[in-house]
Amino acid sequence: MWSRRQGRLRPVVCGVEELRRRRREREAVLRKARREQQLVSKRLLRDDAPEEAGEGCVSVILGETEVQQLLRQAQRGTEEKRERALVSLRRSLQHPETQQTFIRLEGSMRTLVGLLTSNQALLQLEAARCLHELSHSEQSTVAEACLPATSYLLTYLSSHSSDFIELCLYTLGNLIVESEAVRRQLLPQGIVPTLAACIQSPHVAVLEALGFALSQLLQAKEAPEKIIPPVSASSSILASTLPQHMLQLLQPGPKLNPGVAVEFAWCLHYIICSQVSNSLLIAHGALSTLGLLLLDLAEAVQRTDDAGLELLACPVLRCVSNLLTEAEVETVGGQMQLRDERVVAALFILLQFFFQKQPSLLPEGLWLLNNLTAKSPSFCTSLLSLDLIEPLLQLLPVSNVVSVMVLTILCNVAEKGPAYCQRLWPGPLLPALLQTLFLSDTEVVGQSLELLHLLFLYQPEAVQVFLQQSGLQALERHQEEAQLQDRVYALQQTALQG
Amino acid sequence: AAEAAPFRFAARPVRFPREHEFFEDGDVQRHLYLQDVLLQVADVPEKPRVPAFTCQVAGCCQVFDALDDYEHHYHTLHGNVCSFCKRAFPSGHLLDAHILEWHDSLFQILSERQDMYQCLVEGCTEKFKTSRDRKDHMVRLHLYPVDFRFDKPKKSRSPASPGAGTQALAEVQGNSGEQSEGDAMEICTEPVVASPAPAVERRTYSHRSVPDLFLKHVLNAC
Repeated sequence: MWSRRQGRLRPVVCGVEELRRRRREREAVLRKARREQQLVSKRLLRDDAPEEAGEGCVSVILGETEVQQLLRQAQRGTEEKRERALVSLRRSLQHPETQQTFIRLEGSMRTLVGLLTSNQALLQLEAARCLHELSHSEQSTVAEACLPATSYLLTYLSSHSSDFIELCLYTLGNLIVESEAVRRQLLPQGIVPTLAACIQSPHVAVLEALGFALSQLLQAKEAPEKIIPPVSASSSILASTLPQHMLQLLQPGPKLNPGVAVEFAWCLHYIICSQVSNSLLIAHGALSTLGLLLLDLAEAVQRTDDAGLELLACPVLRCVSNLLTEAEVETVGGQMQLRDERVVAALFILLQFFFQKQPSLLPEGLWLLNNLTAKSPSFCTSLLSLDLIEPLLQLLPVSNVVSVMVLTILCNVAEKGPAYCQRLWPGPLLPALLQTLFLSDTEVVGQSLELLHLLFLYQPEAVQVFLQQSGLQALERHQEEAQLQDRVYALQQTALQG
Repeated sequence: AAEAAPFRFAARPVRFPREHEFFEDGDVQRHLYLQDVLLQVADVPEKPRVPAFTCQVAGCCQVFDALDDYEHHYHTLHGNVCSFCKRAFPSGHLLDAHILEWHDSLFQILSERQDMYQCLVEGCTEKFKTSRDRKDHMVRLHLYPVDFRFDKPKKSRSPASPGAGTQALAEVQGNSGEQSEGDAMEICTEPVVASPAPAVERRTYSHRSVPDLFLKHVLNAC
């Protein structure tokens, strides 16, 4: 069930070291892009089937005359000849130079659109593939040259050929991230209702492509104002049936497809973190669906060694964490949608998984744990009764960010009162705290001080042990630090009086 | 006593907005995946081949050896085909609109009295008195191309009027590539390099059913 789908993606032709190097480079580029709030990615579907290479149509850069010739050949003659011309064109369009040549040629897009809308299936497909190559370009002029085709791409989403629909969707997805100008055309052209109709397709490949295209739309800067809210006419996500269908596609069970689920989980994340109308999603049962999915994920993570599951876990965790901050959840028993112990246990399994495979995601998992335990005594009880304090403490050395979060969660528990602190001490907590006091990070130490305060408050016997284990010396190290002074002093007083 | 100064801890759920840096790592992972850097693709899957077979639709003799190709062919050429004029459409929705507007005499009658031409864009419920008005709406509001190929105006036999000349010309050009079998909106553009031979003219009224023409004629005469 969790085996990854083999899509029509680029084959890997280099060694592991090269892969790692490329990945590091890409990662650096992406980080920079994100910091500039320019993080967008396009997808490329490229079928380099062996039989095409045998034709002698090597992928080369073509000049103006050659492109013209191919376009002419594509319009006349037997279907086979026409298709071959288009295949050659498509292969040459892999090169930015040919792309530029193509778009600068008068009438070229018009011809391509004509071929796209012809009723000859193979020509349609090749024309669509040409468009797809163009849509993937990093140069705006090339991608924007595809604009005359969008009404047709949308029209074909209601057709019945799943391969063709998939291609149109990825092409649209690439165009969507190109610019706000493109989206300003696509929205009035009815992209949202079209996607809402298309999402009912039974084809997995179509659904994954749709999820991708939708996630691109939702990531747009103007999405929170212009695309998501239910007030803006017919082109609004929340006013359509998309949310219900998305949640359906995220229901755990035999029909859940990981590739599809990943895309729609990200879609949901973009909607939810825009804070537009999350009560609507809660009303559709988002919390219970996502909670069940978390349980399912925890199970899957234990069964397979599939390193792709964090791609799904990450957005799901984010969605639940953000939804938990909604007012309804705190009051109207929205938390009933999430079963107590099992979610906490599942979360810990995921935390272990992150620890081994993707430590950078630990803060996100801990964020959820914070939101679960902050206002809920029963989740705190779960933490204690499932013996999860020690595993939590084991995460302290990972990083300062993780330490602060672990300590915050422990504060959540301790704050609930004496009954809770009694189960926190005696135990591994105090030794761990004494260790963190030897660190230098102000935030980590500050959070440790807060926790100590709560512990001393509700479990005064702990003070003695603290003193015996050189707690005062540990405190002294920070008494000059501006942000910590007051709290250090207060604790010193408590300890000496206690 | 818990929140007594100088201590300030208060348990509270935290929310992060879209662009918060907290999401940086996860977002980067997501985009590495999109850019295919994370996936280890073993090989490009081959199209499953089957023994060659012929399309079963009467009059079509195309041969296939892959089911995907056949699916696409079938749906493109035989899927949504108008039984009156054999034009093929990309979707059932467009086919229905076509049949209604081109081949339904009742539609013609009703459209004299009420707005019957439905906007073709998914999700839009506007209706219009004429196909011209509808086209204007689709162009202005929905930013559709003026020559959208699935909204050809119905060929009209009305007597010469100022607009009719250009209309007729557009129709002839539009039908220049027409063949009798399953041909929808064939390419009607001029080739990229202007070819010397003019578009072949064909009879444009050969597919009309007689009752339709008669009714139209009668209505025009009234």
